[in-house]
Amino acid sequence: MRANPYLFAAYAATWIIHIVYLGTIVQRYARLKREIDDLKK
Amino acid sequence: MRRVFPILVILTGILLSYALYMALVGAPTEQTMGNVQRIFYYHVPSAWTAFILFFINFGASIYYLIKRAPAADIVALVSAEVGVVFCTIVLVTGPIWARPVWGIWWTWDMRLTSTLVLWLIYVSYLFLRRFSASGQTPLLAAALAVFGALCVPFVYFSIWFFRTQHPQPVMGGGGSIDPRMLHVLLLNWLAFSCFAFLVCWSRYRLEKLQRDVDEAHALRSLMGEERVGGSNQPRKDIPRSA
Repeated sequence: MRANPYLFAAYAATWIIHIVYLGTIVQRYARLKREIDDLKK
Repeated sequence: MRRVFPILVILTGILLSYALYMALVGAPTEQTMGNVQRIFYYHVPSAWTAFILFFINFGASIYYLIKRAPAADIVALVSAEVGVVFCTIVLVTGPIWARPVWGIWWTWDMRLTSTLVLWLIYVSYLFLRRFSASGQTPLLAAALAVFGALCVPFVYFSIWFFRTQHPQPVMGGGGSIDPRMLHVLLLNWLAFSCFAFLVCWSRYRLEKLQRDVDEAHALRSLMGEERVGGSNQPRKDIPRSA
């Protein structure tokens, strides 16, 4: 299969969007964990 | 459940990798468009997954309006959020595919415009959930979700009712597709659906935990106030009765 810049861009954009969203979920989990630790104190 | 989740993550990862391999290598090359047509294997499954998530949002919102169940409210929020992510992918990959095939990034035809409107409705839904502090927010959001869901069939069938530049739908449309291409398309849809399910699952757990923590914070501040208010010390600002 010959590399096509548009094909590469579409696939890369898809995974970048998913990874950024997953990153926000991980970030929210970390913030919540800190809040829970504060509540336990 | 905690043991099942990592296993499902691994299985979904394998399925997504295999689906990617099939989309890039396994599927036959389309004769007119060439390799750029392979965007189809990400663009269409993302659209279908977004539509399913918006319908889940619709069902959960209706259930919330009838029963006022907090779990239904969480399902509605989570499905809308993940649905917006998939709809964003549709709106990004679409123009990337259109540029080499149509010669333009965007055209204001009915399918493209209605998809953009659908995306805007669900983004406004998420903004409402995020920034409104009223106790009526879940109720307002559920009403907006019902309105948004009505747009989903309109987006899907818009290419039947209007003359558009967008091709006919793969399922239920007039066009035909090579069975090998259909196989890869369905494989990618399955992979993305499994992925969406896992993301929704983790997001549901996060939202439920967040609400529990918010409740604990509220309870804590209430108890703090009671301790101050319920003190045995006489308050100096209130005059003693004669």
